[in-house]
Amino acid sequence: MKLQKGTSLALYSVLEFAANPGRQLSAAEIAEKYGASTHHLAKVLRELGRAGLVESARGVGGGYRFSGNAKRLTLMDVIELFEDISTRTGESDEFDGSSDVGRALGAVMAEIDEIAKATFRSITVDTMLKLIERQRRAASEAQTAS
Amino acid sequence: MSKAESNDASLPELRVRPVDAADLGQVIAIDAEVTGLEKTDYWYELFHRYGGGRTRQRLFLVAESGNIIQGFIIGEVRDWEFGSAPCGWVFGLSVRANARLAGVGARMLEAICDGFRHAGVNKVRTLLARDNGLILSFFRSQGMMAAPFIPLEKDLD
Repeated sequence: MKLQKGTSLALYSVLEFAANPGRQLSAAEIAEKYGASTHHLAKVLRELGRAGLVESARGVGGGYRFSGNAKRLTLMDVIELFEDISTRTGESDEFDGSSDVGRALGAVMAEIDEIAKATFRSITVDTMLKLIERQRRAASEAQTAS
Repeated sequence: MSKAESNDASLPELRVRPVDAADLGQVIAIDAEVTGLEKTDYWYELFHRYGGGRTRQRLFLVAESGNIIQGFIIGEVRDWEFGSAPCGWVFGLSVRANARLAGVGARMLEAICDGFRHAGVNKVRTLLARDNGLILSFFRSQGMMAAPFIPLEKDLD
């Protein structure tokens, strides 16, 4: 399963904001960090704002902050704001379903997609933040050991 | 949105301990509340095999608060399945609907993991349905990741 660029940017943004709840981050900061255009990111943030996941802060510096519930919001909730993957199956694009071989390959792709969707549905933003922290610690320990 | 467990609320004097025969009525009721099926014989059989601390390899624990059983967890150490080194395996976990979001599941998982460590293993695994978002999210929130296994099945004609 491949996510669209806007969806990936939404996930990056939500996790950046949720990891820094007390801090306002500008679209430019996130765009620079993840190599995206500020214009594209602004569109993504508007959509996240409409869904109540981020709110824009007025005043000097401006920026955005997280306004969702990290313990309830799943990766799938964010993804589905930008694309409908819930009905996507492996039979759609990659393989032609008019042949036996194509249908069989499509069934395998559908299996993979179902696992991916269940994974997105089961991981909350809060769980992701814990995972990010664990990976940061592991990387830091590995660096200290080397 | 996920309804995974967190520590949003708390229960007084929550205690995790091995199941007792007197707890089975409440365990059966909790399971029936969640699954919609009352499986009395199944639970007595499980109690016979896993209850009462008969062996370090099999654990059937309950979480109790204010003389009420709020949830249960069951697991065992499984050895060398398809060459896999011994590991702890959780195959049952449930919490009363009105006791969720209070850390009951986390406390029970912690307790059963202590039991597995005591039995000499350092890995815990579980297996559940892809559409069981509630429990999947809970295990994820506790740091569990996809294991290097793929569950398979086929219809038996």
